Parts: sequence; C-alpha cells; structure tokens
Amino acid sequence: MNSKSSSITRKTVCTKPNIWIDPPGAAMYCSGCQHPVIHRIIAEILEEMDIDRKAICIGGVGCHAFVQVAWDVDITIAAHGRALDSCTAIKRLNPESIVFSIQGDGDCLAIGAGAFINTMTRGENLTTIMYNNTNYGTTGGQMAPTTLLGQKTATTPLGRNSKTEGFPIHAAELAATFKGTVYSARGSVHTPANYQRTKKYIKKAFQNQIDGAGFSFVEVISACPPNWHLSPVDCIKRIDEQIINEFPLGEYKDRKEVK
Amino acid sequence: MTERIFIQGNEAVGWGALNGDCDGFFGYPITPQNEVIQWFAKEFPERGRTFVQSQSEVSSINMLYGGAAGGFRVMTSTSSPGWGLMQESISHCAAAELPCVIVLVQRGGPGAGSIRHSQMDYISATRGGGQGGYKNIVLAPSSGQEIHDLMQHGFYLADKYRNPLIILMDGILGQVSESVEIKKIEFDPLEDDKDWALIGRENHKDNKSRSINSAAGVLPTPPYANYISWLKHVDEKYKTMEKNEVRYESYKAEEADLIIVAYGYAARVSKEAIDMARAVGYKVGMIRPISLWPFPYEIIKKKSEKGCKFLVVEDSLGLLIEDVKIGVQGRSEIHLVSILDRHIPTDGGVIMPSRVLEEVKKIL
Repeated sequence: MNSKSSSITRKTVCTKPNIWIDPPGAAMYCSGCQHPVIHRIIAEILEEMDIDRKAICIGGVGCHAFVQVAWDVDITIAAHGRALDSCTAIKRLNPESIVFSIQGDGDCLAIGAGAFINTMTRGENLTTIMYNNTNYGTTGGQMAPTTLLGQKTATTPLGRNSKTEGFPIHAAELAATFKGTVYSARGSVHTPANYQRTKKYIKKAFQNQIDGAGFSFVEVISACPPNWHLSPVDCIKRIDEQIINEFPLGEYKDRKEVK
Repeated sequence: MTERIFIQGNEAVGWGALNGDCDGFFGYPITPQNEVIQWFAKEFPERGRTFVQSQSEVSSINMLYGGAAGGFRVMTSTSSPGWGLMQESISHCAAAELPCVIVLVQRGGPGAGSIRHSQMDYISATRGGGQGGYKNIVLAPSSGQEIHDLMQHGFYLADKYRNPLIILMDGILGQVSESVEIKKIEFDPLEDDKDWALIGRENHKDNKSRSINSAAGVLPTPPYANYISWLKHVDEKYKTMEKNEVRYESYKAEEADLIIVAYGYAARVSKEAIDMARAVGYKVGMIRPISLWPFPYEIIKKKSEKGCKFLVVEDSLGLLIEDVKIGVQGRSEIHLVSILDRHIPTDGGVIMPSRVLEEVKKIL
C-alpha cells in the first residue's frame, strides 16, 4: 500500500523499547512463543523507571536466556539454576546497582530450587522474573516441575502421572510463604489486560528493590506452541481454559499489605 | 600494615586475602577449614567488606561467578567434598574468564573420607576437575607465612589472567599455628582495568552495555568471531601462564644424589628429613613445587638428566608422582612415601620425617 495515497493520519502509539537491540539475523524464538512478550514488558519497565542504565541482569539456562543478545543492559548467564546465587553476590558487593534474574521454571524450580529457596531465606534485595511454560522448551519439551497433570511431554509420553511424577509446583504461592519475600505474583500475557496487569506486577517487583525492601518474585505464564503441540491461538485457549486453573493469576504477597 | 602475629594457617588465609584486597568471601562450613569462614564472618563485615554464608559449595562458587562478573575480588574456601561440588562452576568461571580465588584445604578421601588432613585432591586440582579441560594456576603454600603471601599473589595472578586460581592446602597446614608477618605485598599495576565487568551501562567509559557468558559456542562472545577462535584465545592464555608462572623452591638440591619432591605439609616434613640425612652424610635435597600447575617439569628433567634419583613424599596413594614421572621421562628411578607410610594407620596419622629418612637411607 502506498502510504502517500492514504488519507489515514498515522500516529506512533507504540515503539520498540530503546534497549531492544535487534541482533543481526537472529530469529530467536518460535512462532507464538510468549517469551519475547515478557522480555518486552521487562524492557519497557526498565526504561520507564529509568533503571536500565544501572541494571545488571543474570539469566538462567533456557530459552529465556537468548535475550542476552537482544537487550542493551549489562548481562550474563549463570550456570543452570544458579542465577540467584550469582545475583546475591553482585548485589551485596554493588548495592547501588539494580540486579535481577530471569529464569525458566526448570531453571528456578528444579535444578535451581536450592538457590531460589535460600535466596528468599536470606531475604536478598533482588528481583526475579520466572517464565513458566510448563516444560523444558530448549531441550525439546521434557517434563518440568510445572508440567500439568496429564500433560504429554517428551519424558511423560503418556501424560504426567501424579503417582510417578508428582504434582505441579506453585512457585508464586511458595515464594509468598517466605518472610524474606516481600512481593510475589503470577501473571500472564495471553490477553492485553493480563499484559498490563503483569507489567504492573513486575514494576512493583523492581520498585521494591529500589526501596531496599527485599526479595520480589513474579511468575509469568508463557506459551510454548511447538512443545505443547498446539497452534499459537490454541495455546492461548489452553492458558485460559487449563493453565490458569492450575496456576491462578494474581498477587500472592505485597509488602504493603503485610506491613 | 606490618605486624607479626601467631595464627593458624586457616587464619593466614584471611589475613592474606585482606592484604590481597579481597572484596567478598562466600563460603559454606566444612571441616577442617571452618576457621577460614569463621575468620571472614568476624573480620570482613566490620571492615566494610562482604561476607555471605552460602547454602552449599555449589552456591559458593556461583556467588563467586556473580561477584567476579561484577568486577570484584572474590574468594571461597572449602575442603575436599565441597571441592567436588564446586567443579561445574569453576569450569563456568574459567570459561567466562572470571578471576577468583578458591582455597582448598584437603582432607582424606575419597567420598566423605575423613575430616583430617590429606593430599588426595592433587589431580582434580591441577587438571581442571570440572568439564571441558580448562586450566587454573594452582599454588601450594607450605607454611603460614606462605599461605598469607600466596593469597596476595593469588588475587593478583587471577586478575592478571582473568582466570580462577586455586590455593591448595591441607588440614595440617590449616590447623597448625605459626608466626606470620602480616604485610601487604606491592605488585606491578595490572593492564586489565576490568572494563568488561558488569557495573551497569551508565558506569562504563563508553556507556555501552557489557555481556559475559560461559558458552562461547552458543552465544556470541565478542571480540571472538566463533567458538574456535575463542578456544584459540584461551589456549594462548593457558600457554602464557604455563610459560611464565612456574614457581618452585630448591632446597639443598645442588650436588644431591636424591631429590625429594613434595608440597604442602609433606614438604615441611621432608625438609626436616633432609636436614637429618645431610647430618649423617646423605646427599639429598628437595624440589618443592609452589605452582603445582604449571608444574616445574624443567628442573625435574634437568635433575634426572644429571642422574639424580627421586623420592616423592605425598599424603595420598600417589598423585603428585604422576607429574614427576612426566618430568623424569623414565631416565631415573622414582620412589614414593605415601599415605600408607603414616606413623599410625589412622585418619590422624602423619608422614613423619623419620619415615622419610628411613626411605632415603634405603634408596642411597
């Protein structure tokens, strides 16, 4: 369409965050993956709060970590599951910086469960955003601690069976039980309204760190079309009809209420 | 600050770290090095430095990964089972080229072994015990003073090469108290100003963000174009360390017919045995490797070419002896006094000078 011939007045209502640098030739994520949507929310918040300049991000191991090449912030990838150990040290040594981890559900809750729990036990002044896509996306869709009962994965070909594989873990609820945690919430990005709510959650999680309040945790449901074996549209349907029943959205702890 | 105090080897680690400008200590209790973590818990916070008790040795080493990535001088200390747990992320630190110092106060192994001294982690310390064949400088003190001094060299060399560095001790060195001069060593200024460290974009000279990773084969690792060019870079670094950082002490080794090779507490024992043997006319001396990696192969080679015989004294089943074999290349005979030669057959037994002397007499 030739825009000159159009009579529509065009106005920019939304642009790419400035800290989003397109890595040359990189198509990092599968069609319908919601990880980049969560990346975008974080990037928007870092800019809006004007903390991208002093932010230090430590990623876990998983699809979420590919953002290392896309964000213009100081960043490293920790050993699998250890992002919060590394965050602890860097924040203690450099309290002026804004230190946050991004982690997958496997990284944070399976291999990294010890680091997660002990970081909350110590009440570290950190922010964690956990991407929950209910499976190990990077390695080809194996069972994660968050996999739903009955969900077929590469390592639960008959569906997750509670007798042999136990039950899904509820991270936002778990985090809320720690005295060292000041904020815990679970959001999603499968509707525009939820996008905005999740953004509000993550913003609070960063504000708490600025205020020196303690540990803040936001779990975000993310679609994984290839490993759920669903179209992107059907993934959204699955989140709406199944996942948020197992993983209810909302705030589980807010220090303002606690106080 | 210069003063002389009477302290345990484990405490000398702390004083050395303090003089080595260490910013943060991260550690988990384990015998026989608990005095180390306790020293830092007491002395570091009151000096405005960072101390964190981690939840495991896995956690300790990953705290080092973060602290080092932030551009700080960081360290941990552990004993053998904890050392085993740290291997994965020592490899990550090596791959991400993050300088840090890891103190290993060896105890009996394998497994949970004993909670007393030994020298049974030589191979895993000197050969890159984790995945991927990285190389770390390994320094082996044999006195409280040398612990204090090598801690300072350790931080300097770790920064110089952007690489983890191991201080290899043993339970006896850690527990024994000696007089130590607490003195800051001055080093040449470092070329690397840690411009690579993660400190927030606005704090960099060029206001550009920095990225660190330990997966050069997965994610771009500027300035290296690809995985193999990055490997070439670390290979060159390892070769430079190998060429420039060999250290050893030569003790009465001139005109010796027999050369004892030992490190740590076994070297202290051997020194005494050498004095006893020399007093009765045996021409015996010692090459004491201070850097276990890179190993002083060249001097071992020279001594073997002169026809010297060798006696390795180590509190293990025979690990250091492998490096001596590489230096000797079959030119002369190599004998071993090992953990099986302790004065009593228990975890508390030690290799005594009299046992080493007995072996010297047998060989000569």
